Amino acid sequence: MAEKKIKIIVAKPGLDGHDRGAKLLSRIFAEAGMEVVYTGLRQTPEMIVEAALQEDADVVGLSSLSGVHNYFFPKVVELLKAKKLSNVLVVGGGIIPLEDIPTLKKAGIAEIFGPGTPTDTIVGFIKANVKSK
Amino acid sequence: MFDAKELEKIKAGKKKWSEGTLAKTLSKTPEKKVKTTWSGIPVETLYTPAEIAGLDYESKLGYPGEYPYTRGVQPNMFRGRFWTMRQYAGFGSAKETNARYRYLLGQGQTGLSVAFHLPTQAGYDSDHPLSMGEVGKVGAAIDHIGDMRILFDQIPLDKVTTSMTVNAAATVLLAMYLSVAQEQGASWDKVGGTIQNDVLKEIICRGQYIYPPKPTMRLTVDLIEFCQKNVPTWNTISISGYHIRESGSTAAQEIAFTIADGIAYAEACAARGIPVDSFAPRLSFFFNAFTDVLEEVAKFRAARRVWAKIMKDRFKAKDPRSMMLRYHVQTGGVTLTAQQPLNNIVRVALQTLATVLGGNQSLHTNSYDEALCLPTQGAVTVALRTQQIVAEESGACVTVDPLAGSYYVEYLTDKIEAEVEDYIKKIDAMGGTLTAIEQGYIQKEIQNSAYLFQKSIDSGERAYVGVNKYIMEEPPVTDLLRVDMKVGEEKAAELKQWRAKRDKAAWQKALDKLREVSKTDANVMPAVIEAVKAGATVGEVCDVWREIFGQYRPKEFIS
Repeated sequence: MAEKKIKIIVAKPGLDGHDRGAKLLSRIFAEAGMEVVYTGLRQTPEMIVEAALQEDADVVGLSSLSGVHNYFFPKVVELLKAKKLSNVLVVGGGIIPLEDIPTLKKAGIAEIFGPGTPTDTIVGFIKANVKSK
Repeated sequence: MFDAKELEKIKAGKKKWSEGTLAKTLSKTPEKKVKTTWSGIPVETLYTPAEIAGLDYESKLGYPGEYPYTRGVQPNMFRGRFWTMRQYAGFGSAKETNARYRYLLGQGQTGLSVAFHLPTQAGYDSDHPLSMGEVGKVGAAIDHIGDMRILFDQIPLDKVTTSMTVNAAATVLLAMYLSVAQEQGASWDKVGGTIQNDVLKEIICRGQYIYPPKPTMRLTVDLIEFCQKNVPTWNTISISGYHIRESGSTAAQEIAFTIADGIAYAEACAARGIPVDSFAPRLSFFFNAFTDVLEEVAKFRAARRVWAKIMKDRFKAKDPRSMMLRYHVQTGGVTLTAQQPLNNIVRVALQTLATVLGGNQSLHTNSYDEALCLPTQGAVTVALRTQQIVAEESGACVTVDPLAGSYYVEYLTDKIEAEVEDYIKKIDAMGGTLTAIEQGYIQKEIQNSAYLFQKSIDSGERAYVGVNKYIMEEPPVTDLLRVDMKVGEEKAAELKQWRAKRDKAAWQKALDKLREVSKTDANVMPAVIEAVKAGATVGEVCDVWREIFGQYRPKEFIS
């Protein structure tokens, strides 16, 4: 029996235009058998959560390289909870100082992947931690 | 460069060597798997005159300061003076950034380069909902002319040249800069600098677009036309390959797509009726420098040759300055690693050497901590010193284009030139740069290269020190530069005051005038200058155009 495909929203919160990582990972996730929706740039937390709801997503992947992660990432988790989407796995990546990671994890971001992370580590983490609905 | 008889001898000699001496070694120790440049150009064991047999010295290389400028745009390059050492900087408030500028100038930096925070670049005020969390983060928060005054406080704008990274909102920020220069008593013919003003690459890869391609190109050309008449030494655009490369392109693609953008701007200026020799001398470029030193040197040399030919043959330029590819370089941000960050100092040093051997006009060197955060003052100082060491101690500046004549470098130069010309032909056949962008062709080519590169790192086929080879456990780096969230609150409060204090009638009149002019074909620059002088903010001016032009919403191409 075929496994149900993991559905992932790849999102760029805020005004940051660095989308090399987001686009690259979108392709890698698709090759790993996931169903990928890339939101494009300039997403507010509300837009991202709305996309997760509409798409019935299992995972939200957030990418930020402009230093706004401490504001945006927890906000996305908070809004997901408000929409009763606590089951959605939230992961993040970008230019994120190591010392910020404990706070982000406490806020509900499952994992943060910094520059240089092998892509199969990210794929492996998602597959191992995605929650069944 | 060699006569036929001699070439035959060399070819035979190489064959003999390859089958004898080399084969013997290979039978004992096989070669490594990756035998390409960093961008993936296949590289042979040895280069001889045979591989560059078609190279005609006079027509392909020539002399520095002369067509086709392969060897450089100035006759004696760095023997006269070094390139401009220009560190891109800006964070927090205008006041904090002004302090960093005065520090850098005090340390021997020779030009300024303004980083504006993302809201300014995207045409929003600091208190706009989309600016939440972004205020002062990756650049200075500049909303109005008052901020611009503080940014350049005690910096004489007729003596220091300034580069400004704004694209879609370039007209607004240049209007503020020119107004502040006037207030300082600096006449516009003495005001020098560069504004990025390259909206096409925002659509291709950098993401700070506001308006759809056609109206945004109109603003670009308005600025070029205005400066050509009023600010004669200003570089009216910096056509940028830097971000194309950062997004994943190869070296040849970086040049190809940048030159394709350059062709689109030159065509737009010509369509406006500006004679080529009036606008082309003030077009400038901006490239990346990666760590593969020889590939980068070849890339820069090829770029100069291709551009000169295009300006001469396609645009019928007569003024030599129209054919000179003058450019700023920034070392490759994306090459820096968060792992073992001190190693980045070495990468930047090699990239600096590549840049200088390639014959640049200006350079920003990245700080070693930039894969972690915005650069700290200590790291910025090391980056600036790296340039100074290459300038003063390396010996790379004592003669012009020192790598010319290297069989390998000349081979690579020809190879990259050919690849660039192929792309230009392809893009021409598609109907030009705008069509190629609309169809996502350029974006997909870049993404595909990024993908192939990542695969080569993931598989370990290509080694990346500290990332997939020579990995070690290390304590996290502390002492990072942080921008306080308070900057956003303070800026919002300040904006409220600014709007309350200005002469409301004059402000309204100026914005109305701008709206009227923008609906016609007339140049918007004079009306923008009036508006910013009357206290209009970046967001307010950009909103006028959002109303008239609409906003750009990209199609996303994933490949």
